[in-house]
Amino acid sequence: MTFEQGVFYFLAIVTVVSAVMMLLQRNPVNSALYLILNFFCLGGLYLTLNAQFIAMVHIMVYAGAIMVLFLFVIMLLNLGDDKSLRQHLGLRMYLGIAFSVGLFLELLYILGFSSANNYTQQSPTAVEMGTVEYIGKILFTKFLFPFEITSFLLLAAIIGAVMLAKKKIIQ
Amino acid sequence: MFCCGVLGVVVRRNAIVIFMSIELMLNAVNLSLVAFSSFLGDSTGQMLVFFVMVVAAAEAAIGLAIIIALFRNKQTVYVDEINILKW
Repeated sequence: MTFEQGVFYFLAIVTVVSAVMMLLQRNPVNSALYLILNFFCLGGLYLTLNAQFIAMVHIMVYAGAIMVLFLFVIMLLNLGDDKSLRQHLGLRMYLGIAFSVGLFLELLYILGFSSANNYTQQSPTAVEMGTVEYIGKILFTKFLFPFEITSFLLLAAIIGAVMLAKKKIIQ
Repeated sequence: MFCCGVLGVVVRRNAIVIFMSIELMLNAVNLSLVAFSSFLGDSTGQMLVFFVMVVAAAEAAIGLAIIIALFRNKQTVYVDEINILKW
């Protein structure tokens, strides 16, 4: 096993374990902290896949912005522990577990029998493809229109968030 | 990881944890997109990941705003106590 493989397996295991731990935590704050660990490991995985720009953006956007937002809302609402999780849901929990295990087996089946096994080597152009220079170039030429659309989407999100979260004006 | 996200959405009652599970699903898809883009040598996957991140950020902001508005009205974030859509 080479060094890269070791790094990959370590990051992958930590990612999956932290995702499972996030589900099992009762306190939402603990869930959020496990999710942050998950995001950092994902950033590492992107780095092993030669996607430096995506890795940095991922760390900044998710671990920086979104998780701060989540923690802020959790603290703002002052949530306690999620009590009586087990006794509350009998049937729904079993159905949910059966559903997700079935989905997992389906994904395994698809990945096991598809052509994905042929891709054991990274493409030679993958190294230059993840750089900021390449991404910036392609973002402003080939993907200029979607880029502009996302700016509108973000503007709509800002306005919507402010409208939803503001207090009603008392007359 | 995607299945963990699905499980979280279905099983948990806390709306905030459900949102985190949705983020988890988006990230699982992002990871597979980056992997395929890297192995196929096609940069479209990375662009798509970039746009997915933008949409996830917008979605998180809107969703948390909805949760705050809901909490202000109902004093709860547990989804099975919110039944105002029933008739």
